[in-house]
Amino acid sequence: MSENDSDDDSQLTGNSPDSSATESQNERSKSGKRLASSDASKLVASRVRITKDIRFRQMCIVTASASVLILVFLLGSILVSGVPALSWTLLTGYPEPEPENAGMWPALMGTLWVCTMCALITLPLGIGTAILLEEFTPRNKLAKKVLSLIQLNITNLAGVPSVVYGILGLTAFVSMFSLFDASDNSDGPSMEMGAIYFDQFSNVASDPFLTTGEEDAQERYFLIPVESRDAPATVPKTGILAYENSKEGLKKVEIIAIDPFSEDVSSDPEVMSRTIDSTSTPGRISEKQWYYLRLPFGRGVVAGALTLMLVILPVIIISTQEALRAVPSTLRAGALGLGATPWQVVWNVTLPCATPGIMTGSILAMSRAIGETAPILIIAGIVYIRSAPQHLMDDYTVMPLQIFNWTSRPQEEFHSIAAGGIVILLAILLSFNAVAVMIRHRMQNKLQ
Amino acid sequence: MSSTITRPKDTMNPSKRAKHDSKHHTASGQIRIDKPDQEESDEPVTSAIEMKDLSSWYGKFQALKSISLNVRKNKVTAFIGPSGCGKSTLLRWVNRMNDTIHTAHATGSLHLGDLDVLTNTTDVVDLRRKVGIVFQKPNPFPKSIFDNVAFGPRLHMKLRRSELLDIVEWSLRKAAVWDEVKDRLHAPALGLSGGQQQRLCIARTIAVGPEVLLMDEPCSALDPGSTLAIEELMNELRSQYTIVIVTHNMQQASRCSDETAFFFEGELIEMNDTQSIFTTPKSRRTEDYISGRFG
Repeated sequence: MSENDSDDDSQLTGNSPDSSATESQNERSKSGKRLASSDASKLVASRVRITKDIRFRQMCIVTASASVLILVFLLGSILVSGVPALSWTLLTGYPEPEPENAGMWPALMGTLWVCTMCALITLPLGIGTAILLEEFTPRNKLAKKVLSLIQLNITNLAGVPSVVYGILGLTAFVSMFSLFDASDNSDGPSMEMGAIYFDQFSNVASDPFLTTGEEDAQERYFLIPVESRDAPATVPKTGILAYENSKEGLKKVEIIAIDPFSEDVSSDPEVMSRTIDSTSTPGRISEKQWYYLRLPFGRGVVAGALTLMLVILPVIIISTQEALRAVPSTLRAGALGLGATPWQVVWNVTLPCATPGIMTGSILAMSRAIGETAPILIIAGIVYIRSAPQHLMDDYTVMPLQIFNWTSRPQEEFHSIAAGGIVILLAILLSFNAVAVMIRHRMQNKLQ
Repeated sequence: MSSTITRPKDTMNPSKRAKHDSKHHTASGQIRIDKPDQEESDEPVTSAIEMKDLSSWYGKFQALKSISLNVRKNKVTAFIGPSGCGKSTLLRWVNRMNDTIHTAHATGSLHLGDLDVLTNTTDVVDLRRKVGIVFQKPNPFPKSIFDNVAFGPRLHMKLRRSELLDIVEWSLRKAAVWDEVKDRLHAPALGLSGGQQQRLCIARTIAVGPEVLLMDEPCSALDPGSTLAIEELMNELRSQYTIVIVTHNMQQASRCSDETAFFFEGELIEMNDTQSIFTTPKSRRTEDYISGRFG
């Protein structure tokens, strides 16, 4: 190959006279001298070189079409077995034991929750880190060393298998190094916010033993808010305000507490509907807001999002760095020359210019997060989830896990709905990428 | 710079003056500067930039060797010299653009009016508002024409839309590019031609109200027509701004500058009014360079 190169050189250099033509070729290539163009015996016929060019092109076509063919075959086989299984039930239904009723709505919502949370956490962290590494390089030698160490580690972390991150997530986020365990004797978490606890009483009318025989005496429940999960049980007294869980939502009522064994239950339906048994023990229930948080996170949505963050953070940092590096330094100089502070340069010039690149990298990373199975398998476990997540700490499952679950069933029907699930997953991923490409094009057109 | 300094040395404190004077003797072979003192009788000499014994290094490489010169207010001063002679480095110290190069450092003094530029405590952001810079290659931001010119004012001031519009129009008119862009202020700046882009960059620079304009080979990436437009523009701007231009083009220096400084290998060889430099250079090396014998 090197001989050919030097021959090519000799043709390019053209007419330059060189006396070294008489030396043997080995000596020439060792001494690095150029061949004289007059040495015709050393020329490679142009026909030979053109043939090589054609061969190389053919080789490229073969390798490229091989990969495309494999992809087409894969997609084709999935579509063939998956498309017939597609149905509205598959999209909006819940996992059922019967394949014809089974759907992946909880998994779809789980994916949405986990990936949205993951994006919200990862993007600021990743972009911020990349800006620090690219735009604020310090003068201080020690700080420089620290930053280059961080850089090295980020590059290495990008190659760590995701199952390892799953195990790390299990320790760091699900159990939080057992830091919050056994702090008290209760079963509940040691810290929580975003949850309201109620004591629930039932209406005397709902007790069949005490029913007065009224036909329309309907079962009612009263909720009395309490301070915390561990607060002592409320003692029902007449006059306490309680919420009634009615069809129109929570309704405020004033309850009447009686001991049904010693007192008569009023026969007035209005009074009876507010009467509760003062000797009964309430049940403690909780109403959790969507932002409900507790420590440790347990196997909830947040732990999943944080674990996926570990997986995609290096990818986002590196792609953001590349995007920032691609911004011409003349633009930074221009902004600095106008008296911009480094932060103003980053915010007004560098970041807007790098946004298309950052978005591309981020969306590709998010696509990876959507398809990631191994870490979720470790931190969420194969749980039979029958509902979409309601809050940040709720149990969840994700689409790849649901598909995995179905494929591991023995029944043939589950395999076909698994293929349908794969089609849905692929459709979501492809539409994600399409949106990314569209936004990028629009931004680039706007800038130029 | 609000105050006009009639005698450069008066602005320095005594200790500094002593230091600089003593060093001044060691800096030999420099023919500079006696001229302003001679002119003192006819008209008050006002220096916008004063440098004393300015030396600069990139790491261990010394790029500037004890430069002392004054740039006069509201004049066009040209820095000429072969590549690597330090003229751009010198220019970039005036607004501390060299701060972006981590290995660069300087000794000596550089005063902009009564502002000591080279101290650590200098407000670089404010300095760069006062000293605008135009680069070799036009570097408009990938934003609209309007946003490009409004960029600087938005950094420094809180302005209403109408005030901003006034500034943008004023700057674009001043930079002689208003007529060409007034109908497409919100079109991308990168759609303009190279010469228009460079004038846009000048408009962007003067929009923040600088006192000094530094131009680092502003025409070297432009065609002759655009070059002419920029030179005419400089001619008009000189009445309000102190302009320092670094150029490789000797004709350009002779056409549009009032004073010319010739640098060679990090030293200031000669500085004089342009007429004298180009007709009767005092140094042999200046003569060789100007007549095209090297460089």
